[in-house]
Amino acid sequence: MAQPLPDRLPPRSSAGPMGWLRTQLFSSPLNAVLSLLTIWVLLLAIPALVDYLFVRPDFAATTPEQCRETGGYCWAFVREKHRLILFGVYPYDEQWRPLLASAILVGVIVCSCMRRFWRPSLALLWGVGLAAVGVLMWGGLFGLAYVENAKWGGLPLTLILSTFGIAFAFPFGVVLALGRRSHMPGVKAVCVIYIELIRGVPLVSLLFMSSVMLPLFLPEGFSIDKLLRAQIAIILFAAAYVAETVRGGLQAIPRGQYEGADSIGLSYWQQMRKIIMPQALKIVIPPLVGIFISLFKDTSLVVIIGLFDLTMAAKAAVSDAVWRGFSTESYLFIAVIYFVFCFSISRYSLALERQLDQGHHR
Amino acid sequence: MSEPIIQLKKVNKWYGQFHVLKDLDLDVAPSERIVICGPSGSGKSTMIRCINRLEEHQEGQIIVDGTELTNDLRQIEAIRRDVGMVFQHFNLFPHMTVLENLTLGPVWVLKRPRAEAEATAMKYLERVRIPDQAQKYPGQLSGGQQQRVAIARSLCMNPKIMLFDEPTSALDPEMVKEVLDVMVELAEETGMTMLCVTHEMGFARQVANRVIFMDHGEIIEQNTPDVFFDHPRNERTRLFLSQILH
Repeated sequence: MAQPLPDRLPPRSSAGPMGWLRTQLFSSPLNAVLSLLTIWVLLLAIPALVDYLFVRPDFAATTPEQCRETGGYCWAFVREKHRLILFGVYPYDEQWRPLLASAILVGVIVCSCMRRFWRPSLALLWGVGLAAVGVLMWGGLFGLAYVENAKWGGLPLTLILSTFGIAFAFPFGVVLALGRRSHMPGVKAVCVIYIELIRGVPLVSLLFMSSVMLPLFLPEGFSIDKLLRAQIAIILFAAAYVAETVRGGLQAIPRGQYEGADSIGLSYWQQMRKIIMPQALKIVIPPLVGIFISLFKDTSLVVIIGLFDLTMAAKAAVSDAVWRGFSTESYLFIAVIYFVFCFSISRYSLALERQLDQGHHR
Repeated sequence: MSEPIIQLKKVNKWYGQFHVLKDLDLDVAPSERIVICGPSGSGKSTMIRCINRLEEHQEGQIIVDGTELTNDLRQIEAIRRDVGMVFQHFNLFPHMTVLENLTLGPVWVLKRPRAEAEATAMKYLERVRIPDQAQKYPGQLSGGQQQRVAIARSLCMNPKIMLFDEPTSALDPEMVKEVLDVMVELAEETGMTMLCVTHEMGFARQVANRVIFMDHGEIIEQNTPDVFFDHPRNERTRLFLSQILH
């Protein structure tokens, strides 16, 4: 009887650094050209950046004049203005409060991202965390001086706007997506009209409407806080995009999944919660994270209605007559902050996708 | 014959303009095992899918275990608790382990404690001979194993009636037998009411009390397997049988 052939290892020609260069960088003439082009651009950019940020600057400089002489990045500007940029016009001596509040907020978000914290007690953590943030920011309790939220600014404001934006836009968007696929014509029509209307206007116009037009319609003497109005505008805006993305995921779920769930007698909401949504949301993690990242950056648009978020604070820092002309420093500084947050969100989404993928496929 | 557990009375259904079920009448006795065959498009799948309301009939009555199927959601859910279904493409939930697939219905629909549901699930996994796969995901199993999990998932709901919608037609040939063996065992040991759409004629001969032949939305002929296969009365039945038994 014939024996099956023994298994062999694959050939080793593609191994080693030379093999890597050949297969990854120079596998075809076009690839070789692109690789060389990329290397050339990197050679131009990186040394110049290092020179601008670390070689030319005089780290001991303390005045704008000394900075202007060197021509490099003015670290003195950051030293001088970072608290204004990070915390806006929040009372200077109390700025440890927004710092702590931001740290708590980031901490709670990071915990929420880890699967081992995904249980009911997470809601408690959020409750406590948000209460702490509220007390710290507003004060008026425990001997903390009261600070009205018109004075909030900088990073905590950006974080608050985007955290609440995502936290409310996401469930609202999911409900809208379900509504848009509903068999009830009324529900469906309302959801379609809402989604299409919101997606048809820019966020800027929504913010304007909430800050300028809305008060006109409210009864005399009745006003909603400006921050809250901006927050609601952001939520309403992002929810429409979340809805369309989630709908895409729902459409990708085969009919057999609904039938399988039907056949064991699950109710509509049980099906959605246990069978359909987990699969649909997993599919749309990448575009959903895209929406969250743009929401985070779009919070900078509240500048136009005069909220003092990170971007507005950077603008304010530059407008100081003494430190005029350092806008590159200021905007580079907040760009790095935005980048760190967005990049973390993006990396987390990749990790989450990989984690959820485990075992589902052969 | 005792009181039928399933009754179809003058059931009609259309897909758009297409008349798929025409004045169907059918009585199924408790513990009866029926095999339904017929050419594709004859309405056989549609008929059994009407029994647990995966499809909606437009005219006539369907009464399952004394409850008539209407638009009342609570009645539909009640009937689905009593009627298990096995699909051609398994329809397992890919994001859950085998054990989670099996306990989902008992825990959420029947409100059983999780430990009890898991014990029941393991019992049925042993019955379909794959207890060692409990912690795997459906995607890691072969087609035959997946279909056996699907059978176990239905059984976990402790149904009075099992519907099989071409349970072996999506399987690789070498896996058909392991699924049929489980179904034969189920028929012989439990005395459950079974309606099975299949072209496995060996299975029909072995376990069915009655074989039904459908064509163009009608029941053309029904009889015990021996008579049905050996002495088909209708011309269309003979033609069909000659095409599948080569």
